[in-house]
Amino acid sequence: MMTLTDDQRLLQDTVRPFIAEEGAIKKQLRHWRDTGCTDGYGTALWKQFAELGLTGILIPESQGGAGLGAVEAGLVLEEIGRNLTPSPFLTTSVAAVRALEGSAQAERWFPGILAGETVSALAIDEGKHHDPAAVALAAKRQGNGFVLNGAKQFVVHGNSADVILVAARTAGSAGETDGLTLFAVEKGASGLGVEAAALADSSKAARLSFDNVALDADAVVGEVDGGWAPLSRALNAGRAGAAAELVGVAAGASEMTFEYLKQRKQFGKLIGEFQALQHRAAHLYGEIEIARAAALKAAQLLDSGEAQAELYVSVAKAKAARVSALAVQEGVQMHGGIGMTDEHDIGLYMKREAVLSELFGSPRFHANRVAELSGY
Amino acid sequence: MADLETFRAESRAWLEANCPAEMRTPMRGEKDLCWGGRRFQFQTEAQKQWLDVMASRGWTVPDWPKEYGGGGLSAPETKILKEEMQALGCRPPLTSFGISMLGPALLKFGTEEQKKHYLTQIARGEIRWCQGYSEPGAGSDLAGLQTKAEDKGDHYLVNGQKVWTSYADQADWIFCLVRTSTESKHGGISFLLFDMESPGVSTSPILLISGTSPFCETFFDDVKVPKEQLVGEENKGWDVAKYLLGHEREMISGMGLGSGIGTGASGVTLGPVVKPDDPLTRAEIAAFDVDALAFAAMSERFIDQLKAGEAHPAMPSMMKYAGTELNKRRNEMVMAAGGSDALEWDSERSKGGKAARDWLRSKGNSIEGGTSEVQLGIVAKHILRLPGA
Repeated sequence: MMTLTDDQRLLQDTVRPFIAEEGAIKKQLRHWRDTGCTDGYGTALWKQFAELGLTGILIPESQGGAGLGAVEAGLVLEEIGRNLTPSPFLTTSVAAVRALEGSAQAERWFPGILAGETVSALAIDEGKHHDPAAVALAAKRQGNGFVLNGAKQFVVHGNSADVILVAARTAGSAGETDGLTLFAVEKGASGLGVEAAALADSSKAARLSFDNVALDADAVVGEVDGGWAPLSRALNAGRAGAAAELVGVAAGASEMTFEYLKQRKQFGKLIGEFQALQHRAAHLYGEIEIARAAALKAAQLLDSGEAQAELYVSVAKAKAARVSALAVQEGVQMHGGIGMTDEHDIGLYMKREAVLSELFGSPRFHANRVAELSGY
Repeated sequence: MADLETFRAESRAWLEANCPAEMRTPMRGEKDLCWGGRRFQFQTEAQKQWLDVMASRGWTVPDWPKEYGGGGLSAPETKILKEEMQALGCRPPLTSFGISMLGPALLKFGTEEQKKHYLTQIARGEIRWCQGYSEPGAGSDLAGLQTKAEDKGDHYLVNGQKVWTSYADQADWIFCLVRTSTESKHGGISFLLFDMESPGVSTSPILLISGTSPFCETFFDDVKVPKEQLVGEENKGWDVAKYLLGHEREMISGMGLGSGIGTGASGVTLGPVVKPDDPLTRAEIAAFDVDALAFAAMSERFIDQLKAGEAHPAMPSMMKYAGTELNKRRNEMVMAAGGSDALEWDSERSKGGKAARDWLRSKGNSIEGGTSEVQLGIVAKHILRLPGA
């Protein structure tokens, strides 16, 4: 059933005004950007998320969380996207929680996440394009533990995270999914170099260097050489979540744009009367509805644990990125000159879209996944 | 609830006993449909038998009132009957524009005599109907139609021409929009029913770029139509037409894809079907498959929203637009992947030029049933509420 349940609607009705108010562009994105905040997001808002039970949305009830699923997380993420709210929610409450669930490390980190005191990041990419199987960062056995050497990039929230979940190779060679191990690396680990880079959307993503970073055996999340399982869970959840956030970005950008069409007057009429713009707007509206359906489908399949989930996660991520790209492109274009100013918010949507598009796999990466999973 | 369960059990038993085995095999396409009508040639004895036995029970039109030849079933009962028929693989006993289009309009606007007379004929598959709407000068702007119906006292005298009349050359009767007044555009239209055998009626088939089609031009040269055959009030025919179009749209939406065409016959993804063998074609098809799977999710969502009463009334326009454009793209991809093999026009190897003909025919999907441009305008006006739309 692809309509929302009453509980889901209630969650949406709670979260929508909350994020619109507390997560508003002026209050969060612009504020942290213009005051030179090094984290790139506000910790007070993260605490508010905790108070509302959102930080532990996917954490099982038995461990103090809400015990909800990808659909619910997606509802929160759509609002985050709609308001361009900088937040560690996607990497922490969604991807990291899914990676950690069922492991001993979960006991260590879930309480902090629930309290809104812990932030986590995922370190996967080693090149400019997402390719998890290509991980080559070496983790060699040393005594009772491991020593890590290599580099990671595009680690969103890598500079502020209390714990970074690092995909490393303990066996096999680059390109193989067997032989990967997921490690929980704590902030300030000796040998860990963190270079924070501000991205086009004002978020902070780190380049990490691992110079003989020594870890105990208990830093392993799950099984040694069996890291692909928790990593896949984290990636699928992260991709579905990013798709939902992208739908939100598209919705926010288009809502702003459609409103502008009804207000801006040129040539003696409202520009929304011009048929060319009406048709483009109508086309965009439909595409956003389709992307939302794809994101919802992916989330539902993840929650019900069906095999088709992986295929639809890639469909959703690819489609949401393409549609969001259209929305922000049309958004800037239809706003005319003011759309190009920093003062106007529409350009901020374009910048956020670009970052989310690349996160956990670009539309091309995921179209390729769809082809592979479909057998061609 | 116990009553519905009894109904289900009884229906299943009756269907098992009365649906011929031949009528439980999948249809091979439109050619296997039973259209009924005065001149219909049944493919097999079983096809005729199936129509007759279903008609005698009123189950060709299960939810129509019994006094008009229907089964008098409630909505839940009709749903159950459809489910049981589907479970047994029963073919629909009768396909007809009379059932899907004219019937609902008559039920709403017809007089008691008209309902008793025409609906029972439709239900028994005795009369085959065609729809006389579009004209060479009135396509997207249907209300601009000019086929004239002059008041001659006890009858109208009809002169003019219709185009895109599906199966006009095989139909027995026509329901036709005519102009009874030039004083008002929308307020000068009337809805007439008349016999295609009437003196002055002639048809001419339309050959499409894809080959033969069911479409015809239909000509009216001093055709006499008795006044009893007016449906609804004179000059109020546009209301009947609008009702009918809305019903048609709902029906198409109910089929799930908002287009009646679908995003492709065999499954949703195209890649496994055409098996691209070069990276550029593969990339294009993968991008298409992303869109096709996303649209499949939307179709499922749309059906659920319709059932829950949550769908915006103008959503069918969005679905029709998106679905038909996707279908055109699918055909483009098939042609691209097929290379020069796909260009063959009438060999057995090419199944009678199926790829090329389907590709060409699909271009009509974004034109018929309201062009893509019209559908976008509807979304702009009714959903986005853009000014002056």
